[in-house]
Amino acid sequence: MNQKITMAQALNQALRDALHADPTVLVFGEDVGPLGGVFRITDGLTAEFGEDRCFDTPLAESGIVGMAVGLAMNGFRPVVEMQFDAFAYPAFEQVVSHVAKLRNRTRGAVSLPLVIRVPYAGGIGGVEHHCDSSEAYYAHTPGLHVLAPSNAEDAYGLLRAAIASDDPVVLLEPKKLYWSKEEVDLTAAVPGIGRAVVRRPGTDATLVAYGPSVPTALEAAEVAAQEGRSLQVVDVRSIVPFDDETVCAAVRSTGRAVVVAEAAGFASVAAEIAARVSERCFHHLHAPVRRVTGFDIPYPPPKLEHLHLPSVDRILDAVDDLQWEDA
Amino acid sequence: MTAAIDALLPGEPVVLIDADGARTPDDAHELPAADSLVQAYRSLVTARRINDQAYALVRQGRLAVYPSSHGQEACQVAAAQVLGEDDWLFPTYRDTVAAVLRGVDPVGVLVLLKGDWHSGYDPYEHKVAPQATPLATQLLHAVGVAHAAQLRGEPAVVMALCGDGATSEGDFHEALNFAAVFGAPVVFFVQNNQYAISVPLARQSVAPSLAHKGIGYGIPGRRVDGNDVAALLSVLGAAVQRARDGEGPQLVEAHTYRMQAHTNADDATRYRADDEVAAWERRDPVRRIETYLRGAGLLDDATAAAFAAEAEQVAAQVRDGLNTDVTPRPDDLFDHVYARRTPQLDEQAALLADELAAEQAGE
Ligand SMILES: Cc1ncc(C[n+]2csc(CCOP(=O)(O)OP(=O)(O)O)c2C)c(N)n1
Ligand SMILES: [Mg+2]
Repeated sequence: MNQKITMAQALNQALRDALHADPTVLVFGEDVGPLGGVFRITDGLTAEFGEDRCFDTPLAESGIVGMAVGLAMNGFRPVVEMQFDAFAYPAFEQVVSHVAKLRNRTRGAVSLPLVIRVPYAGGIGGVEHHCDSSEAYYAHTPGLHVLAPSNAEDAYGLLRAAIASDDPVVLLEPKKLYWSKEEVDLTAAVPGIGRAVVRRPGTDATLVAYGPSVPTALEAAEVAAQEGRSLQVVDVRSIVPFDDETVCAAVRSTGRAVVVAEAAGFASVAAEIAARVSERCFHHLHAPVRRVTGFDIPYPPPKLEHLHLPSVDRILDAVDDLQWEDA
Repeated sequence: MTAAIDALLPGEPVVLIDADGARTPDDAHELPAADSLVQAYRSLVTARRINDQAYALVRQGRLAVYPSSHGQEACQVAAAQVLGEDDWLFPTYRDTVAAVLRGVDPVGVLVLLKGDWHSGYDPYEHKVAPQATPLATQLLHAVGVAHAAQLRGEPAVVMALCGDGATSEGDFHEALNFAAVFGAPVVFFVQNNQYAISVPLARQSVAPSLAHKGIGYGIPGRRVDGNDVAALLSVLGAAVQRARDGEGPQLVEAHTYRMQAHTNADDATRYRADDEVAAWERRDPVRRIETYLRGAGLLDDATAAAFAAEAEQVAAQVRDGLNTDVTPRPDDLFDHVYARRTPQLDEQAALLADELAAEQAGE
């Protein structure tokens, strides 16, 4: 059944459906109760399911995640919201030392079915601490699943899959895509965690992207097509676990790859993807794998962010550099 | 040294001038001197004008966002007024006005929200730390700055601001404890405006008051009417003096109200009732001191008009500054990440320069 909704509405629907489907699902965080979250992702949930199922906590991220650990240990499936990317940092200790490790420390006796939702990344003209691409911190921490949807349908499916997962999941929600309206089939099969997808077929080179960079990559492919070059676009969706199979099959089919991501490039998820692809596809590659990422700088202020974010032009420049014989 | 519990207990909130502008029967506290009250009123008029001007500029698209302190101006004014030149102020995103009243150029303070850069003033010039957005984190920095002064034998005091919601963060508690253990000259000043965005105080704490939170750390708590600038000057002034005299930190909680939404992006009607807002409107901090001063013969129409004109000038300065577009300097992206640019940043700056040159050449 198709309907036109925003990513924000799709996430809201996923929470609603999960709360309906499973009485152990709890939603909590800062301003997620009566207000419905600063991005309205939890809109109406307290009214519909009551204070026990969707509630505001005191203002403390370490407290939110730490309490979620205890609830998950004792029979619940907490879905917590960090208000913005950079405001998740006070919870870092809980995330890396406990959320990520409890299963391992207890030889599997304790699993933590909890979801940490993080509105993330830039492109919204936000002031400092509201635009961080923090995926590398989480992806570098073994024990966490890390997902980044790029459209409303995946947002719905990935959030449902995350809530159903017995492992902790960090769901990175590209806030600049919250309000883009799309045709969505909420009854479609949930993509599942760990599955990339080819978003656009192409034969000359492959753009690998996730989250907020996928629409930019698709736009670049569109422009390239007008210039006579056929770019394939792969949407990673699941950063951890990573779908080597789909990504590498795509790159092997074109022999050229550019990885696109907003985060600073040094020691980044883009770096990891480039390394994996280089190792696995070396004999199929006509050129070194390129990366188009944010600069290695703190996220810039609103007036300068356009210079920092991967743009269509920067992506196409990188594609031009991929050692074309006819060039 | 351990503290006796009686000395730590916050009493009832101090009120010196009531909501009708009348002197209360509180004779435990002296009313601040007349010239200091007139000065406070003058600052309040400017403070209110800055808030309203900035709010208007958001609607005109000149500011990305503005967390207004409309309704909390007495706290802003007193926090700045009780400090000496060598003291420090640690403001939050809501404390634009306090920073301005300490002498920072208003346009500079608003640079963060205008979006040109993350901060628009040199913190050392007026001893005002960059406005902090990650809640409560600045309180520990305040303790460090205070301890540094203490180690050098300087008499500086640090005024560290935060909101009611921020008192739930771990850093708030660590800061209080550190300040207490090191006897650091810090005044922790909580503007309890009843809400953290949509979340009411009752969801932050069930303590008898936020000022009581000092007790567990051995820090005396004080409560004060946050819309009574006279009481604020008295209580904060005493806390600063006490810290300067080497008697350590204090925690002051002011009861006030955020009259507008959290920021322009927020819709306050979703979580609070109109009559609650109206009740606080009657306790307006500017009108209250004005009524008192006029009644006491300390303020006449001519002086009030002069203060209003002065405020208007600041508003004009703010408008001009924010209506001026600053051409962003791309190299700023790379110049201040480290003391010296790394080779990698040189490379990235060159890439961007090439792109911009190509764009200019119309490629
Ligand atoms: C660590 C952290 N978490 C969340 C936020 C998002 N946030 C910004 S202001 C705010 C409410 C703060 O309330 P309070 O401390 O009472 O100050 P007020 O805004 O009322 O002045 C929140 C949750 C933040 N800035 N920092
Ligand atoms: Mg507050």
